[in-house]
Amino acid sequence: MINIFITSTKLRRSRELSEIRFRWFGKLAIGVSLGFLFVMVGSILLKGKSAFLSSDIAITIDLGPDNVDINNINETRFDALMKKSLRQTFPNVKSRKEKKKLYGLLSSDMGFELRDQILNDTSLLGSEAKLWFTASDDIDLLLKGAVDLTLDEDYRRISDLEVEWISFLKDTDNVRKKFNKKFFTNGDSREPELAGILSALMGSILTLSICFIVSFPIAILAAIYLEEFAPKNKISAFIEVNINNLAAVPSIVFGLLGLALLLNVFDLPRSTPLVGGLVLSLMTLPTIIIASRASLRAVPPSIREAALGMGASPIQATFHHVVPLALPGILTGTIVGMAQALGETAPLLMIGMVAFIADVPTSVVEPAAALPVQIFLWADASERAFMEKTSAAIIVLLVFLVLMNLLAIFLRKKFEKRF
Amino acid sequence: MNVKNIIPNKEFNIIGNNKYNLSEYLIKTIMIVCSSVAIAVTLGIIFSLLFETINFFQKVSLSEFLFGTKWSPQTALRSDQVAAEGSFGAIPLITGTLLISTIAMCIATPLGLFSAIYLSEYASKKTRNIVKPLLEILAGIPTVVYGFFAALTVAPIIRSTGETVGLNVSSESALAAGLIMGIMIIPLISSLSDDVINAVPQSLRDASLALGSTNSETIRKVILPAAIPGISGSLLLAASRAIGETMIVVMAAGLAANLTANPLEAVTTITAQIVALLTGDQEFDSAKTLSAFALGLLLFIVTLILNMISLKIVNKYREQYD
Repeated sequence: MINIFITSTKLRRSRELSEIRFRWFGKLAIGVSLGFLFVMVGSILLKGKSAFLSSDIAITIDLGPDNVDINNINETRFDALMKKSLRQTFPNVKSRKEKKKLYGLLSSDMGFELRDQILNDTSLLGSEAKLWFTASDDIDLLLKGAVDLTLDEDYRRISDLEVEWISFLKDTDNVRKKFNKKFFTNGDSREPELAGILSALMGSILTLSICFIVSFPIAILAAIYLEEFAPKNKISAFIEVNINNLAAVPSIVFGLLGLALLLNVFDLPRSTPLVGGLVLSLMTLPTIIIASRASLRAVPPSIREAALGMGASPIQATFHHVVPLALPGILTGTIVGMAQALGETAPLLMIGMVAFIADVPTSVVEPAAALPVQIFLWADASERAFMEKTSAAIIVLLVFLVLMNLLAIFLRKKFEKRF
Repeated sequence: MNVKNIIPNKEFNIIGNNKYNLSEYLIKTIMIVCSSVAIAVTLGIIFSLLFETINFFQKVSLSEFLFGTKWSPQTALRSDQVAAEGSFGAIPLITGTLLISTIAMCIATPLGLFSAIYLSEYASKKTRNIVKPLLEILAGIPTVVYGFFAALTVAPIIRSTGETVGLNVSSESALAAGLIMGIMIIPLISSLSDDVINAVPQSLRDASLALGSTNSETIRKVILPAAIPGISGSLLLAASRAIGETMIVVMAAGLAANLTANPLEAVTTITAQIVALLTGDQEFDSAKTLSAFALGLLLFIVTLILNMISLKIVNKYREQYD
């Protein structure tokens, strides 16, 4: 009797322990998954936030008539003038190698920057002026503290001489950090300090517009037909299986379809938002159809019965009464589908939207990049400064995704009716 | 509820307005056309892949493609060059894909399953409402972001950890890509399994608890066995997702076609090769470009089979308890 009692307490204890263990496994699994989410997003935020600031360096330039002819500004060799002014700021620099380094303090666009500043404010002409210029990518990293100066000089891209120049400029208050407007107003560039996301952003917007215009009407009509009108026969079942399967086909296969069919057979222009949007629309179609059908199914039959009872035809009952009630759900599904399309990269690689595009596209038949493709391209670039740009572009992409999802949640909360 | 069910025959339509009938007929036709777009897309995929694949197999034999162990697609510079056509054995790509997907599934299965169990059986409604959307964020993050994180943060960490232990880790190891891919498919497994576990009737739970078993015993011995078909369906769907995933492997796994089972070495996958073969110049008469379509068809068939099986299992299982 006593023996049984002891073993049963032991057994109970071990069962309790296994219960606790099991519960902890669950907590641990959720903790690891969410922990990873926070680490990933956090590390990208940390890496990317510095890209929203850029470093400027002030150089005093003699804009007297000797250097710039007021009547003939466009004839001036601004690049040479910039180099001359840099040499005047650091008169000790003599050797060719050192001079080259000195010019490298500023971005390679310094001549254009000077011209633009003069054209904006011609009153600068005639005297000396202190103007601000974008620092080159390596100097920008140095000023942001991203260069490890304890390393031996040979192992870093910044020499001691450059560090010396920069600390001199810093001491004389000729260095500043400000919001990096260029990141949002420039297209892609080979120079990290000049590269921006505007061209990619416009490309994405154009691509998504095409995707929406094509997929939204087709998806809604297909969903309405399948949910409200389709007879229950083999064809409907076949369509349904097809849609469910398409939703799970790897995205790269859609890219192959675009390449073989849209580019090779229909001869549409390569690398353009038109083709990109069409390919993405085929991908988002199943997502929207499935969400719309669920939303149509949630509308109670009494609505249809009432409309039909009042003498409406089936089409009228559907389009005047059922669809408006299902619309919030349909729109939510559409936005989720669009958000998916915005982040999709692989099919765009297939149809050639990976080219280096510096110009901001203005129409859907011009070659363009897209935001995720830009991230892919920058992640592959060798310059270290592109790393923070990549992270910053990811932040912009995530912000757009969050906004789209918030809009979807808002629509659902505001218009959703429970029957 | 189907409108058609309410008015089963057309004669019942007493309005009989011809104008309406014509436009309604038109609208209906348009809707039918829209619905068949899905079939058209599937057919388009099959035919475009098949067409280019047939072209490919006129240059390279089917047996070399399926059983060859060397993958090095080259375009000949001169016609008399040695090995001018390259070799197109897909075995290293298939094993590479399987290696990375297996690593991913090893990470995602326990994490996803335990998350689902905890959320559906233990968590309070409040926790569930917070944690579930957070987990779904993982599914909403674009894969190019995962790829970036895998290539520039995770891979160096794995490499340096390996070096301190004395292991020789490739900087494009299969482990880094598989690990991150595993994290990516967690929400897929957890949300599908969650649905399946919730569909298990409450009476089974109540019966088990009434007999004196603890919560965990109920889950392990009653709920999970009842939910196993549905869970395996969700795992198959996740595996198909892992096999077809492109950006993570393109960015983190590299292009070295090694035939190895060592997760610390670099391998390449079907999807990564498709991207490598088709970015840049394309000549549609060279075996190199065409091989991408053969790989695409292989990928399509494999994922299609996995999807079909998993959808069938999940649907069948749902009906059982409805």
